[in-house]
Formats: sequence, structure tokens, C-alpha cells
Amino acid sequence: MILEVQGVSKRFGGLQALTNVGFNLDQGRILGLIGPNGAGKTTLFNVINGVYAPDNGRITFQGEDITGKPPYEVASRGLARTYQVVRPLQELTVRENVMVGACFGREKQPRGPAAEIAGEVLEIVGLGDRAEQLAGSLNVAQKKRLEMARALAARPYLLLLDEVLACLNHAEIAAMIETVQLIRDRGITIFMIEHVMQALMTLSDEVIVLDYGELIAAGTPEEVVHNPQVIEAYLGDPKIAQRLLSQESD
Amino acid sequence: MKAWRQSGFWLPVLLIIAWGIYIILARQDSAREHAFTLMMFVGLASSLNILLGYTGYVSFGHIVFFGLGGYTGFYFLSIHNLPLLVSALLGGLISSILAGLIGLAVLRLRGAYFALATIGVNEAARAFVSNFEPFGGATGLSVNYSVYQSYGGPGPALWTTFIYLWLTVLVTVITSYLVKNSRFGLGLLAIREDEDAAMVMGVKAPQAKTIAYMFSAFFPGIIGTLYFFKNGNVEPGDAFQLHMSIEMLVMVMLGGMGTALGPILGAVTYEGLRGYLLTSPIFKDLHLAVAGVFLLLIILFVPSGAVGWLRERFFKLRKVLQ
Repeated sequence: MILEVQGVSKRFGGLQALTNVGFNLDQGRILGLIGPNGAGKTTLFNVINGVYAPDNGRITFQGEDITGKPPYEVASRGLARTYQVVRPLQELTVRENVMVGACFGREKQPRGPAAEIAGEVLEIVGLGDRAEQLAGSLNVAQKKRLEMARALAARPYLLLLDEVLACLNHAEIAAMIETVQLIRDRGITIFMIEHVMQALMTLSDEVIVLDYGELIAAGTPEEVVHNPQVIEAYLGDPKIAQRLLSQESD
Repeated sequence: MKAWRQSGFWLPVLLIIAWGIYIILARQDSAREHAFTLMMFVGLASSLNILLGYTGYVSFGHIVFFGLGGYTGFYFLSIHNLPLLVSALLGGLISSILAGLIGLAVLRLRGAYFALATIGVNEAARAFVSNFEPFGGATGLSVNYSVYQSYGGPGPALWTTFIYLWLTVLVTVITSYLVKNSRFGLGLLAIREDEDAAMVMGVKAPQAKTIAYMFSAFFPGIIGTLYFFKNGNVEPGDAFQLHMSIEMLVMVMLGGMGTALGPILGAVTYEGLRGYLLTSPIFKDLHLAVAGVFLLLIILFVPSGAVGWLRERFFKLRKVLQ
């Protein structure tokens, strides 16, 4: 078991963002996380990687309690993430951006080897020919790939992907799905937030669903999309939703 | 990454070396005095750049380390009769340690809050020193004339001070370059661009910022000691001049923050301009206003400064203009 989340709660003032969330993630799997907007998905990521300390609960990464540790401590243990809203280091080159991941992530490489790792990783995500460009000059799809490259350069054991497919067109989505599969084949465990259902169905071994900060379902992708509670969370009244679905299939 | 194989390293370093040698060979007191002031600002601007340019933290009160380090060094020199070099290094060291302690508090702030806090630190230091008896209180300290005898009289003492300053500035510029091109420096640049994202990637931001702050306080402490030794006295009014802080900022911004070469060019250009303004009958009371206008224009139109602008325009020059 690479990640264990037990009874995690987080409150921001009057808003209960997460309530008693708990799940386990096995080594080498892809776990999907879905939920309507504002369900607390990104907050859950932020609590796992140390951006926020949870009010209650425990997070165990590779057998070690990492609850409340600052993000750089969590990162150096081999947990990397990407941001939903991309955050490239604008005035640095693409290669330098990725080198930050390699220099300060799990392996703490010196600059020379870090530059080589950056080169390799940029090839994997398909940004090889843009290495010397400033990160600020990339388009959104490329910036998403850069986020991914930065996280990968840290050589993490667990990768948190926050909507890497959002804002991408069909061709870009297909390419990104391939990249994610490639990463999984290298033995990296993946925990991903995703709205693009078709991609999630292809990729994930298991899916968990958050609604108003609570875990309402868990299971294989097929089980989850047919779960009435999940349909209700997304579409409101499950009966209407079911009717709509059956009309569509007729 | 071997620094001595890179043209970007040699350009600023050779510039400083050649400048010092030229002044020493020319052996003119007036040229030396002029170069002393210029080099002092090159050193101060380069030190500030380690914090401002690499880490992105705007310190408005950076002159506090020139003042505190200068006072400390001068104290060891005049009261305890320690040699100039030892006093200057002690001045730098103590200024650096103080930066570490102050940093623990003020580096938790970001943006404008940090900038304001640094002004507060400068004013607090001035008030403290003005009332601190071992440092002579409001009247300050002065050296006994006999101190100069150990350097072969006042004239040679001034030359010795100049050479120390020259070497200090050289070390400052080299440090600035090496920091920028190190793994540590990459972490600083990441903090400058996005501190939260940097921490998520594993950069220990609180620690890295404090070390950068200590580096950028070390050299002003040395330079302060040398400057006050040259003057023969130190008083609170001279040591903590807020306008010098702002001029340091203008120099870094003018030359190009985040580059090793920028602060050198910025300091020399600004000082040249200031010399002209101070002697011109129209502007002589307005030089600070001109500095303010300059800062405004730079921020509005060339936020990356002269060297930054060249780097953007001529991509091929990036290797040379570091």
C-alpha cells in the first residue's frame, strides 16, 4: 500500500471542505477521483501533499506518517503533483523548469545530471524540441505537459495529476492518455482528478467519488458511473437522470 | 557546470579586475576616490541582487546591513584595534548572522509587506544604534589618527582600503554568478517565479530564502567597514540612509535584476548620472526625484533592466550576458 488516507477532515472557516475521507491506494495502480465542482477534490490533493494540514485524520505514505508535513518534505519522499491551473516558472526555460523537479524532488540531483534527466523527461512528454524556450511562451497544452515533466523529473513513487486533460482538444487528449499509460508502465502509481469520463474509464483501475467533501462511492469505473448516488450528485434527481440515460440509449 | 569555461562568468569578472588594476596603476588619488564610490555601489547592488534578483524579495531597507556591519567592523577596529581585514570580515559575519535572525521573522512576509518590514528594520536599527553607548550613541565613533600608522600613514591606508574593497567587490560578483548557476540558485529562481509551486516541487523555501538573505547581507557589512574606515568616523545618520537603499534598488533594476552583470552596469550608470545631476545647477537638489522617476520608468517600460532587455532581444547573447 503506497498511500493510506484515514478520516481526513478539513474546514475553511464556515466551509467544511472535506469530511472524514478515507481510502487506500495500492502500488502501481491508477486511482481516479471524480466529483462535481467544489466537491473538495483539489483540497484533498492539497491536504495529501502538505499544502494544507488536515484538521483531523492521518495520511500515510509508504508506511510513514506524513500528516501536516510541509510540501517540500512530502515532495522529497517521492510524491509529486501537477496543478489544475498550470503554474510554470515563466522566466525560466522549459529545461530549467524541469530541472527544478530533478534537483529538489526525491533524488536531489546536482545540476549536471538534472539537466540530462530534464532532457529525457521532456522527450517522454513530447517537449524535447522546446527545451531552451522560456516556459511562459508555451501554449496551454504544452504547459500541461511541462507540469507533467516537472513532476516526473522528481522520479516520484506517487504522482497526483490534477485535471491534466482539461482544456485539451481530442488529439491532445489522446496523446496525453498515452503519456499517462507510459508513466504507469514505468511503475509510478497515479492518483488523478479528471472530468473527461471517457479518459477516466480507459485509464483508471478504480475510481472514488467526492461530493460536498464526503466520499460517496468507490469501485471500478463501470460500477461508479452506474451508482445512483453518483448520478444524483452530478445530475440531481436520480430518476430523471436514469430516464435521460435510458432515452439516450434507445 | 564549470564556471571558468563560461563567457558569462568572465565578462563581469574581467571587467572588475581590469578596472581595479587600471586604478592601481594610474595611482591618482582623485581617480581612486571616484572609483571607490562606484565600486562600493557595484558591491552593494550586486549583494542586493542576490536577494532581489534571484529570490524576488524586494528589500527597501537593505542599507541596514551596510550600517550594522560597518558599525560592528568599525567598533572592532577603533576600540579593539583589530586589523582592518579582520574587522571588515567580522563586520560582514555579524551582519550576516543578524540577517539570519531578522530573516526568521521578516521572510515570512511576502511582497509589499516584506518591503515595508525591511524599512522598519532599518529605522529600528538606526534608533537602536543612536542610543547604544558602546557604539558612541548619537555622535558615533571615530578612529584614532595613530591607527593609520600601521598602514604606513593615511595615504597608503587609503590605497590599502581601496584594494580591499576591490577584492571584496570581485568576490561579491563571483559569488553572485556562482549562486545563480548553482542548484541552490535554481531553487531561488523557482521561489522568485512561484514560491508555492517551488515548495511543492521540493524547494525548502524558508531555508533557502534565509541563506540568500544572509549572503546578501554579508558583503554590505564588509563594504560598510571599509567605507567608514576610509572616512575615519561613523555616525547613525551616515550609516542608515534610507535613500541609499532606494538607490541600490534603482541600480539593480536599471542594470537588470537576476543577472550578475546587470547590477555592475546599473551601479556605474546610475552613479555617473547622479554625479552629473549633483553638479548641474538645475538638478542638484532634485537627484532623488530623478531616481524616483527613473525607477518608475524602468518598472513601467523595461522591467527586466538593460541586461534583461538585451537578453530578450538577442537570444544568442544569453550565454554571454549572465
